Amino acid sequence: MALNEATAHELITRLQQREVTARELVQATLDRIDAVDGQINAFISIDAEGALTHADEIDRRRAKNEPLGPLAGIPIALKDVLCVRGGRTTCGSKILEHYIAPYDATAVAQLRAADAIIIGKTNMDEFAMGSSCENSYFGPTLNPRDPERVPGGSSGGSAAAVAADETILALGTDTGGSVRQPAGYCGVVGLKPTYGRVSRYGLVAYASSLDQIGPISKDVEDTALLLQAIAGHDPRDSTSIDVPVPDYLAGLKDGIKGLKVGLAQEHFPAGLDAEVATAAQSAAATLADAGAELVDVQLPVAGHPEYCIGTYYLIAMGEASANLTRYDGVKYGHRAEGDLNLQEMYLRTRSEGFGEEVKRRIMLGTYALSAGYYDAYYRKAQQVRTLIRQDFEKAFTTCDILLSPVAPTTAFRLGEQTDDPLQMYLNDIYTASVNLAGIPGISVPYANGADGLPIGIQLLAPPLEEAKLLRMAYALERTTA
Amino acid sequence: MRYETVIGMEVHVELQTASKMFCGCAADHFQVEANTHICPVCTAQPGALPVINGRAMELTAMTGLALHCQIRPHNVFARKNYLYPDLPKGYQVSQYELPLCEDGWVEITSEDGPKKIGVERVHLEEDTGKLQHTGRASLIDYNRAGVPLMEIVTDASIRSADEAFDYLNKIRQVVRYLGASSGDMEKGAMRCEANISIRPEGSDEFGTKVEVKNLNSFRAVRNAIAYEVERQQQVIEEGGQVRQVTMGWDEQMGVTREQRSKETSEDYRYFPEPDLLDVHLEVEWINRVGRELPELPADKAARFSEIYGLNQKDIAVLIEDAAVAAYFEEAAQHSGADPKSVANWVTGEIFRRLNDEDVLIADAKVSPAALVELLALVKDGAINQNAAREVFTELWEKGGSPAAIVETKGLKQISDTSELDEAVAKVIEANPDAAEKIKDGNLKTVQFLMGQVMKETRGKANPQLVQELIKKQLRV
Ligand SMILES: [Zn+2]
Repeated sequence: MALNEATAHELITRLQQREVTARELVQATLDRIDAVDGQINAFISIDAEGALTHADEIDRRRAKNEPLGPLAGIPIALKDVLCVRGGRTTCGSKILEHYIAPYDATAVAQLRAADAIIIGKTNMDEFAMGSSCENSYFGPTLNPRDPERVPGGSSGGSAAAVAADETILALGTDTGGSVRQPAGYCGVVGLKPTYGRVSRYGLVAYASSLDQIGPISKDVEDTALLLQAIAGHDPRDSTSIDVPVPDYLAGLKDGIKGLKVGLAQEHFPAGLDAEVATAAQSAAATLADAGAELVDVQLPVAGHPEYCIGTYYLIAMGEASANLTRYDGVKYGHRAEGDLNLQEMYLRTRSEGFGEEVKRRIMLGTYALSAGYYDAYYRKAQQVRTLIRQDFEKAFTTCDILLSPVAPTTAFRLGEQTDDPLQMYLNDIYTASVNLAGIPGISVPYANGADGLPIGIQLLAPPLEEAKLLRMAYALERTTA
Repeated sequence: MRYETVIGMEVHVELQTASKMFCGCAADHFQVEANTHICPVCTAQPGALPVINGRAMELTAMTGLALHCQIRPHNVFARKNYLYPDLPKGYQVSQYELPLCEDGWVEITSEDGPKKIGVERVHLEEDTGKLQHTGRASLIDYNRAGVPLMEIVTDASIRSADEAFDYLNKIRQVVRYLGASSGDMEKGAMRCEANISIRPEGSDEFGTKVEVKNLNSFRAVRNAIAYEVERQQQVIEEGGQVRQVTMGWDEQMGVTREQRSKETSEDYRYFPEPDLLDVHLEVEWINRVGRELPELPADKAARFSEIYGLNQKDIAVLIEDAAVAAYFEEAAQHSGADPKSVANWVTGEIFRRLNDEDVLIADAKVSPAALVELLALVKDGAINQNAAREVFTELWEKGGSPAAIVETKGLKQISDTSELDEAVAKVIEANPDAAEKIKDGNLKTVQFLMGQVMKETRGKANPQLVQELIKKQLRV
């Protein structure tokens, strides 16, 4: 097996045993990027020189037996929504095409402290708005499993890069499913941690109350490793949770005997794609074989797309409409050329700089927050959000983990849904409610559809129960192996 | 027809915290090189997040308590959305539905005596940057962006420019006493807007209000209100209607000018700031802040009247500045000090010097102890008033001990009868006409002879004794 195809936990051992060097490993991923990324387009920026220099430094330090971080020498790709000091951070947008971040995101600083090697920044739907990675100013990313299909979104670049072995690890961000759905479509593992478990400082905001950084990797153990490196309280993020981080690897392989896995009937409606439904039911059955107990639960609000999708989009777009006001051409980023007064400068800058989907969401969000509509839309959405959270709380009184599909279908074709935003939004029916409730969720590849494309299973846990969630995911992964 | 003026005020006060409202940058921005107190947070770099300045919360709660407000235990910050280059994020983090402090009052002095002005709310927000227009370009300094800003909003119970002036003065006193703000309007640390309307006297309905912005000095507040009231009366008397507009005060021309019509009022699309958690203030914390409030101007005034028996005019002057009041008190409490003469000296000589030389009392070289010692020397007859002024001048300029200055300058009052008898005799001899006048009953001329004796003794003679001796020698 080529170096770039291995997992982080295998490679960490091999690096420690001096079987391979960080330089060889980084070179292998760079070679792979050279070979395939022209087609897949998973990356927006690649820092080959910086990565190799960093790899040499790690190798030198290892040679001197200096202490090294837990991810020493492991290549990682970052969704281009995370600020890396001195590097370009575009958010997949023309408006930030040449923006150089003046600081490191906390998660990036944590990766540096862990001695991981940042190899590049990955493609994404502009400002993380999308479910297909087609809304990027830098062109769409293709699904490595089938180049006619989308990789999912918005962290499509990160998921595709891991799936195509262009990197060992990646970080994505998940606002309504943006880590889990592309992980599902590309056949890799993707975790959205509890809201507040990973600092958002330096994550360019789409929807502040929903955004969360999450690991994308080839297997569950790698996800645990990467979560370990980035989780924790950050005084610079007021919404981050000040609770000690447990050891996610300690009990990972302890099995799931006695754990209760809940299935909500609402997640299996009549019209659901048969393959997807069968895969989820089969996954539940195999977990039962492995010692879990299956229970039926009800999610009368959280299980209904008509509540969740509306609520999710009202809140996300409302917050986004304010979060994106700062891209006005004044301080940084794209500014319209010409002899313009202030109003014209704003209008032209934003008209030129933002893509269609971003404009749509800013306008809808602005509308939802407007005087006279606020109560009917934004405030109402917050009320439904509380009901959704309560729904999950109640469900978790009778089970440890909830199991559902990640997405209603396998990866769709490029262009298939771009003309129908509403259809596109339905990609989030299993994932958006999870962000609204702030609970952790993981997407684990489980089966393949008749089209040969992966079908992912989503597992959910109560807030801060990532260790239990990972244990269940690990068990599920074993049943598919 | 006679009209009644109805005014509500909004005062913005910059808090004197070490750091800004949501980041660690220094909050100081006055005469600081442009864009040197900035960071990713206060310049709204993508991905940067706010963290609440606890001290700003505390200073606002202190102000609220000092203004007799209820302090809300559950606080929510909100985004106020609007687009302007001095506002880096495109929204101002402020408080909307749930302000920190509500329902208080301030007592002011009106024509009819003491009067309470209702304080509807005191809330916390962040300041904007500063724009500078140079020819065809505009420059922005973000040093001020994110500086904690407290907004104090009254009800519509202010009835005149004088009341507005006094209200503003009371607010400034309070924030200065609390150490919450410098309150310096000329430095922009306190900024003011007034909502002004008029109505026929006796009417309960409010007239159309006009918002006047840009009131950057106490003078501007008084003049702008007076001007605007006059303007509105004229509009009505000419058969017109006052329109609801926002006006700016043009200090130079002394007029209000329309800035924008309120008919196209902006929709700020307030919503709870998702980057901040709600702030829950413990009752114990609120109580502690209340307990630790320093003595406030009104309480100090009452106490000064009771303990020191001072008149209202002196009290008003003394308590204006807490440091001056403390100086007075330190002196007045010295054993043997006479509070009234201390007050006279502080409000007289010391104030004249502070104002003339633009120095703070904290920097004065005359200590309260030295002042008391000086007054004791006068009282005991060791020096006269003339000499006292001379000693004071020396103390003010160089400091030191009054007794030592009297000694080295030879200012000790001459109260020795035989020595003075000689001087008086000499003066009478030199001024026979004056002596005659006095003998004829023109006692005013005694003053003239006294002056001559003072001259003779280089100002050191005990004036009372001199007067007695003149009368005695002339047998009147
Ligand atoms: Zn700052």
